[in-house]
Amino acid sequence: MKKRDTSKIVFYILVILLFAAGILSLLYRHHVDHQPWLPGETATVWNLEGKVEFDADQVSPQTIRLTLPSDQDGYKVLDQSTASSGYGLAYIIGTKGQPIAEWTKREASGRQTLYYKVRVAAVPDFKAEKEDSIPSVPRLTWNSSEAAAASAIHNSVYSISSNRESYVRELAAIFRKPAGADQNLQLLRSYYSDDALLFTRLVNQAEIPAHRVNGLFLEDARRNQSLVKFLKVYLEDGSTQYFDLSSFREGLPDNFIIWNDHSANSLDVFGGKNSRINFSMIRQRTQVADIFRPENKEMSLLSFSIYELPLAEQSIFRTMLLIPLGVLVVVILRILVGVRTSGTFMPVLLAMAFMETSLITGLLGFLLVVGTGLVIRSYLSRLNLLLVARISAVIITVICIITIFTVTSYKIGLTEGLKITYFPIIILSWTIERMSILWEEEGAKEVVIQGGSSLLVATLVFLVITNTVIRYLVFNFLGLQLIIMAVTLVLGSYTGYRLSELRRFSPLVEDDNL
Amino acid sequence: MRLASPAALKKRGIMGMNMRNGHYIGRYNNRKLYPLVDDKLKTKEIALKAGITVPDLIAVLSSNYELKRLEKNLEGHPGFAVKPAKGSGGKGILVITRREGELFFKPSGESLTIKDMRRHCSNIMAGLYSLGGKPDTVIVESLIQPDNVFEDYSYEGVPDIRVIIFKGFPVMAMMRLSTAESDGKANLHQGAVGVGLDIATGRALRAVQHGVPVELHPDTKVPLAQLEVPQWRTLLELASGCYEMTGLGYLGADMVLDRKRGPLLLELNARPGLAIQVANGRGLTEKLRKIEDLGEHSMSVSEKIDFCSRL
Repeated sequence: MKKRDTSKIVFYILVILLFAAGILSLLYRHHVDHQPWLPGETATVWNLEGKVEFDADQVSPQTIRLTLPSDQDGYKVLDQSTASSGYGLAYIIGTKGQPIAEWTKREASGRQTLYYKVRVAAVPDFKAEKEDSIPSVPRLTWNSSEAAAASAIHNSVYSISSNRESYVRELAAIFRKPAGADQNLQLLRSYYSDDALLFTRLVNQAEIPAHRVNGLFLEDARRNQSLVKFLKVYLEDGSTQYFDLSSFREGLPDNFIIWNDHSANSLDVFGGKNSRINFSMIRQRTQVADIFRPENKEMSLLSFSIYELPLAEQSIFRTMLLIPLGVLVVVILRILVGVRTSGTFMPVLLAMAFMETSLITGLLGFLLVVGTGLVIRSYLSRLNLLLVARISAVIITVICIITIFTVTSYKIGLTEGLKITYFPIIILSWTIERMSILWEEEGAKEVVIQGGSSLLVATLVFLVITNTVIRYLVFNFLGLQLIIMAVTLVLGSYTGYRLSELRRFSPLVEDDNL
Repeated sequence: MRLASPAALKKRGIMGMNMRNGHYIGRYNNRKLYPLVDDKLKTKEIALKAGITVPDLIAVLSSNYELKRLEKNLEGHPGFAVKPAKGSGGKGILVITRREGELFFKPSGESLTIKDMRRHCSNIMAGLYSLGGKPDTVIVESLIQPDNVFEDYSYEGVPDIRVIIFKGFPVMAMMRLSTAESDGKANLHQGAVGVGLDIATGRALRAVQHGVPVELHPDTKVPLAQLEVPQWRTLLELASGCYEMTGLGYLGADMVLDRKRGPLLLELNARPGLAIQVANGRGLTEKLRKIEDLGEHSMSVSEKIDFCSRL
């Protein structure tokens, strides 16, 4: 009896320690790291992916330099990554101060593809600190007929402008006119096929420092986007203004991010030809607080939040950290309520799948797959198969059902149906097998009860783990895991009644009153 | 839907699932000993050693190859029961009461061919009915001839007596009578009738079906209040002996009363259900507490039964 008491005491001390450690870690995160208790504003984050392609030169080694975007007014670069198997990679600073990703390889053949990914947060009132030196104006040479036309344009623009900005604006106005409206421009255009180049030369001719930059129009779920050229003009007061080099409008549009703000090339490929780059982009939401977290910090366990991990690890971690919560919901429903589900933790896995499919699609998909599976399984049971073979047959059946639903829904244009592939197939197969046996042994009623409560529990778990506040807390306060652990331990030693037992044993109490 | 208050349940000493798992099974049943009761073949073995009577073993089949001998094994046995050695909750038990030519008949009159029998055995071996789906062994036992006393009390199946044994004390007992609804099975949640039995006398206290008190057997219409188990003392002694035999502190012993051989141990359960409380109209904890309060003692089996008779 003594031994039992001491082990109980040790148990409670353990629980209290876990609880205290959890609380302390929460307080540390809040007061030392200034992590707010509740999620704040959200901001848009753009996932941009640049795809560089070229034909490798078989005789010379390859060096590919891609100029990278950096912080700028309205946009903050969060993190970047590359995918390029077999290439050496270095992030370097170019001669113009531009950040560059440099891929290198000794020998390559055929078409090469390199990927660069960057996450950029759109923060309207964000001001980037940057040092920008005013470029020198290049010496231009025109041939005699060009020179006459160019100086005619200069004179007319100069006379109706008062400073650099108005000069460029008036020049742009001429370029916007319909073709042939200005004789001089018409003439120059016959020498220069590229309006952008011509415009730049004309600006430089007026001793105005300017160079071309490029960037991307941001639009959700776009692919094969190219860089768009702008002219960056340095004004007298040290500020800059941008001019679109295809529409010749002044200023940067709202949904535009500058990729390369320097006079350097955006892409240099040595040892390859036919190079091109295009972009795809996806819009996401994130917490504003996560964008402005301090970067320098050492990775101490106390102030750790998953946002300090690389992007790929984050997504795995996210799912992992939510599992304890889902499991806790199951524990509560089991021990305190007494819900019978088919397979103890199957509902948690189901809820995880629902996160990918969305709730309604997930529920319908589950009913469809399990329902069809049960019908087919009832035929299989007549074939007198060995258990392992039968389960395998059910697994194959489930895959076939999922394939059929996916293809059918794709054909009729229901993209939702495609997500059914996220279901845990082995788990579904066991669920079908178990429910089918349950049907034979206990009847359809029990199947409906257990299947229904499994779905109910899965839905509850889903609602918990998709709640924004809960997700925020779990991802930012790792100490919560210790608290969940402590609560689970306490629940594990609960020996009181379950809610379902209050009903089950109610006839025993009614006798009392007789 | 009526809910009882937790306080009222506590006052009546009703044991809940969490209490059973956490306090009694977790504390008094050593996990190491579970295989002794989870495997019916092992239970039989140790029961024979301990001098506890069990139904005769006809055959043990542990591989599909041995299925070929099934027909030969069954020769000369008109009635028998096929069971998975590691089954739980009565799953996978097939009772054959008579044979006619090539056909085997279940108590319900449903007929099976030898092919059906082989398939059932093969399912058992594949682990369909075993805990965790592990490969299993088939046991074929001779059929129990239930005592004539019970003739009208049960529909199709053999009535069995579940005794809860706590540290060798027979704490509570009930008889489980199969009904048409339970398909000859003795599980209360499948619709069998549970009759609470007085530990002192073996007489019926009250009877329930689906948790609701009943007066008559729903199929045979026999008044259940007159039920009295003969050889009650012997039965309790055998059941109580299972504690010494297995070392498990909290046990459910399933006994049957054979016409010729008297009380037999059918199987043991290390996680006995809570329905016995409903059948008895009484909670378990009150009695269990009194036994726990005894502390160290050196009571004989007989003394333990006497102690429980007074509770």
